[in-house]
Amino acid sequence: MNRIERKLHQLKQNGEKAFIPFVTAGDPNLETTEKLVLGMIESGADLVEIGVPFSDPIAEGPVIQRASKRALDSGTTLVGIFGMVRRIREKTDEPLLLMLYLNSIFRFGKERFFHLCAECGVDGVIVPDMPFEERDEILDVAQQHGVISINLVAPTSHDRIAAIAKQARGFLYCVSSTGVTGTRSSFTTDFSEFFGLIHKYASIPCALGFGIARPDQAKTMSTYCDGVIVGSAIVKIVEQNRENSLKPVTDFVKSMKQAILKP
Amino acid sequence: MSKIGRYGEFGGQYVPETLMNAIHELEEAYQKYHADPAFQQELQTLYRDYANRPSMLYYAKKMTKDLGGAKIYLKREDLNHTGSHKINNVLGQILLAQRMGKTRIIAETGAGQHGVATATAAALFGLECEVFMGVKDMERQSLNVYRMQLLGAKVTGVESGTGTLKDAINEAMRDWSANVESTYYLIGSVMGPHPYPQMVRDFQKVIGVEAKRQLMELEGKLPDCVVACVGGGSNAMGLFYDFIPDSGVRLVGAEAAGKGVDTALHAATIAKGTTGIFHGMKSLFLQNEEGQIAPVYSISAGLDYPGIGPEHANLFRTGRADYVAITDEEAVQAFEYLSKTEGIIPAIESAHAVAAAMKIAPKMGKNQVMIINLSGRGDKDVYSIARYRGVNLNEQN
Repeated sequence: MNRIERKLHQLKQNGEKAFIPFVTAGDPNLETTEKLVLGMIESGADLVEIGVPFSDPIAEGPVIQRASKRALDSGTTLVGIFGMVRRIREKTDEPLLLMLYLNSIFRFGKERFFHLCAECGVDGVIVPDMPFEERDEILDVAQQHGVISINLVAPTSHDRIAAIAKQARGFLYCVSSTGVTGTRSSFTTDFSEFFGLIHKYASIPCALGFGIARPDQAKTMSTYCDGVIVGSAIVKIVEQNRENSLKPVTDFVKSMKQAILKP
Repeated sequence: MSKIGRYGEFGGQYVPETLMNAIHELEEAYQKYHADPAFQQELQTLYRDYANRPSMLYYAKKMTKDLGGAKIYLKREDLNHTGSHKINNVLGQILLAQRMGKTRIIAETGAGQHGVATATAAALFGLECEVFMGVKDMERQSLNVYRMQLLGAKVTGVESGTGTLKDAINEAMRDWSANVESTYYLIGSVMGPHPYPQMVRDFQKVIGVEAKRQLMELEGKLPDCVVACVGGGSNAMGLFYDFIPDSGVRLVGAEAAGKGVDTALHAATIAKGTTGIFHGMKSLFLQNEEGQIAPVYSISAGLDYPGIGPEHANLFRTGRADYVAITDEEAVQAFEYLSKTEGIIPAIESAHAVAAAMKIAPKMGKNQVMIINLSGRGDKDVYSIARYRGVNLNEQN
């Protein structure tokens, strides 16, 4: 069993929801990211998504776009990120995922990429610009190396949800609303309807992401699913505090985890 | 085509899940209406009465004599309404958007020609229109920015990245994913996820179909060579497509070499690109070894793009078409040459095709025929050419 599956299974047995934070690797530098990932895990993060910066992140809002730019400007590379993951893996056994655009895997070489994932301790990948129909780009190689490729569904997925959910592994990434990543003050998606469809087909845990920024939002959202994913809100804290982000980020993670602990 | 939406290994549909149903709806609507006689009738009427089609095939007698080789014809897409070939595609897609019940049109633009054509068609059909344009392009094509605004469109400047065409596309895709129910994304080139490359090519292939018929009437034969400039590649695909089965017709695309393909300042995707996956398609891109898309450069905002349409990538890969890289200096010289020789000021994009033709035509026989696609007119470029030549036209900015 992959670390992602094991962790989510454990949480489910304890009746707990997963808190899944995201940080952009290399923002402002990899040393800070390494501290943040370990700090977030100590503060209650159950799985961590590490964003690989891309020059043209079309699924991201302004906050993560700026973080990607800062990370690339500081010289962050995929090779460097694998090195960082290797160091983190020596200190923790919690699940780590990379979130990255398909071109990063494709150009790096998918065999080389997934080989390094397995070697350094990456358990899963989330590829926002690879829809279900194009999953063959990486699926075989990822599986050979024991790495899970996370499937996504969106409020616009409708009749696609059945096929995507049935073949999902690890967890199903449920996108809260249309549009790009970034905090939202309110949501227009009908979550009862959305998760009604999802739960009809998904037998694995479901995590909700995109736009969740506050403990009260996390609490409400967690009632629909098995975990919440928070990206831009954390990246914004890193933007404001740079190398001194550890305390404010871990405080935030604690408050979010606390909010979803028990009903 | 190995499977739907693929051109050899290139093409595909690499977009976020949020857009997948929209892409499939578009694909279905396109298949349905493309085969619908009433749709085609309406489009043909618009082409004739609104866009001024068919465009003329003009024998460039002085240029032919001066270059001393092939007999040169110019396909005058610059005489279309709005001043370029872009209107062909826009009219087709706007009819589709209308039938799909969309109320808002968004588009990206580089040189502004596609933005102007989209704003024009949106005005004609009474649809809300927003055009995304890199801030650097807004500066060098300020005339077109104002034209779009005159036509009632909102022009949104894109500051991210390099402030050029690729960034405008990023922002249009982000907007589309936020407003996917109401909004139709009107892509201006043979790029992006399927069905766009096929659809845009189908709406542009009128260029080659007309040129073939016109040349047959004038010369009683096929051309020996056809030449067009390539950014994303829509005017070139439009001219090439009907000639692809005619193996005796050489297809030549002219891409932007900027300051030279061996400098860091160019947009020569075929010469220097590698296979990648970006903007919804697998194709050739200028990128580094970790897949970061490279900043590109050309004097021409319309060719200043780090990728190329997937069908071009396949025409290149299979050897069916040749691509040559033309520098800024060569393009500017061709711009001035055509102005003085034939009294036609070409778009700086089209001047890349003219420059390629000027290299190829003298090596061809006098009994051979070449067609150059004059994809747009050059009024929009007068300021930037003056600037390039160090002439001060008392610009405000």
